[in-house]
Amino acid sequence: MDPSATHSVANGAIEAVWRIESAKIVAGLARMTRDVGLAEELAQEALLAALEKWPGSGVPDNPGAWLMAAAKNRALDHFRHNKLIEAKHEEIGREAEEGFMPDFDAFENDIGDDLLRLIFTACHPVLSTEARAALTLKLLCGLTTDEIARAFLVREPTVAQRIVRAKRTLAEARVPFEVPRGDELAARLASVLEVIYLVFNEGYSATAGDDWMRPALCEDALRLGRILAELAPNEPEAHGLVALMEIQVSRLRARTGPSGEPILLMDQDRTRWDHLLVRRGLAALARAEVLERKAGGSLGPYALQAAIAACHARARMYSETDWRRIVALYDALAQVVPSPVVDLNRAVAVTMAYGPEEGLALVDAIAAEPALRGYHLLPSVRGDFLEKLGRLDEARGEFERAASLTRNAREIRLLLDRAAALHPGLRVVK
Amino acid sequence: MRFMMIVIPKGYEKAKPGAMPDAKLVAEMAKYNESLHKAGVMLSGEGLHPPSMGARVSFSGGKPKVTDGPFTEAKEVIGGFWILQVQSKAEAIEWAKRCPMPDGDTVEIRQLQEFEDFPADVQKAAAGEPALREQLEKKARKR
Repeated sequence: MDPSATHSVANGAIEAVWRIESAKIVAGLARMTRDVGLAEELAQEALLAALEKWPGSGVPDNPGAWLMAAAKNRALDHFRHNKLIEAKHEEIGREAEEGFMPDFDAFENDIGDDLLRLIFTACHPVLSTEARAALTLKLLCGLTTDEIARAFLVREPTVAQRIVRAKRTLAEARVPFEVPRGDELAARLASVLEVIYLVFNEGYSATAGDDWMRPALCEDALRLGRILAELAPNEPEAHGLVALMEIQVSRLRARTGPSGEPILLMDQDRTRWDHLLVRRGLAALARAEVLERKAGGSLGPYALQAAIAACHARARMYSETDWRRIVALYDALAQVVPSPVVDLNRAVAVTMAYGPEEGLALVDAIAAEPALRGYHLLPSVRGDFLEKLGRLDEARGEFERAASLTRNAREIRLLLDRAAALHPGLRVVK
Repeated sequence: MRFMMIVIPKGYEKAKPGAMPDAKLVAEMAKYNESLHKAGVMLSGEGLHPPSMGARVSFSGGKPKVTDGPFTEAKEVIGGFWILQVQSKAEAIEWAKRCPMPDGDTVEIRQLQEFEDFPADVQKAAAGEPALREQLEKKARKR
């Protein structure tokens, strides 16, 4: 075989092993060294060693153990020779007499706990949301700084700096490497879920760039969500978030037309939805509902959004959608997380379930909300209701206003077309 | 991207109806499945009864012909499968290498065809006939 081919095969294999093992290695090291930043550096050094050795020697039989052993050796070197040892001496007081040496043997068990600790640490609220997202992708998904930069369409040095700062912040705030307990758990879990959903949404409806979606980022977020739900199986919202993502991602291939244009839910070819993912989503939702019932609580925001998505997923055709149930779910969602955007969505469901008059009254009631000022979907939705009511002049005005509020060329086109259609005598000058 | 890992157990083409893997193998498999779940890569997976309990429908001259199993001419047959969502073929291979397989068994890795993989005309065909769909929608509305 061509030697360069062997080399490239080995390289792909190393990347694959890294993808599978890196989070576990960082998590194990972080528990031993009590320092996430250091753990990540040691893991990176182990990766470099693998990149040097494996192309010649081949991938070892147990590559995870190999990487861990390499990282441990570097950790030992670090603690023996690094001048940081002095700082550690002072921190640990009495132990300093013999020098701080992490317990390198006590870590093979319960790698799952370590992973969970790593997730909670990387998503600690002391960090900004952006920093949490970058650190999580780096530590938990094994993405390179460059890959993260491309995902969020920022420059690589920006991401690198974000990660360095995040590690420093964690160290300075002396964030303990542990899974929060008791009252703290709910808030900290919310922080983790927020990061995962942020990453997902960045892939699902990219806020910037040429692509409307970046599916790889969705996959990373989904993978992370599935891991979290396995590690924290009793948390209903973890399953709720997984359910929401599975169902949303099941529509990925039906959401764009041949030239990349977005296709709205009502126009999507439902046979093209990924029904395996739909089933997985419904199963995860059912799990969240059972757990919540057992705990005597009511569904949280992610499970509720998943339940709404599930209503669409269950309808084989748009006309079969159970809008009354969706209205009830939006009622519940508005109670848990009151927001004018939720109210606007609820108004759409009300129109579909009970008619445009009721929907219009709801929209008019929230039209003055400061949070909706400049939000193009408000006049767009209002225009739609007015059109259904036959108030065509007013509807046209609303579509035109909506068009003036968005910068997305495809949406402007769509809105102006709708406006023009309401006034057949005139031609819209574009 | 998604891959199917296909298990080709040695000698399964000759297995008697009702043949089952032993408990030890099933236990190892359960552990392996758990590792796939915990890594967030497993979409689905199933084991299959032997071909002696199945049937083949072959097509020739526009007519389906049914043959009951076992299929004497088959050299290797499928014993089960997983569907994984991973980042690369190399990652799928890495997971396959960790399968707890008895000596002589094979795991084949095949990438699932995604819609985007199809050329434009195939995409169009795969998307179905829009007119037909609209008809169905109309019918449903009338109901």
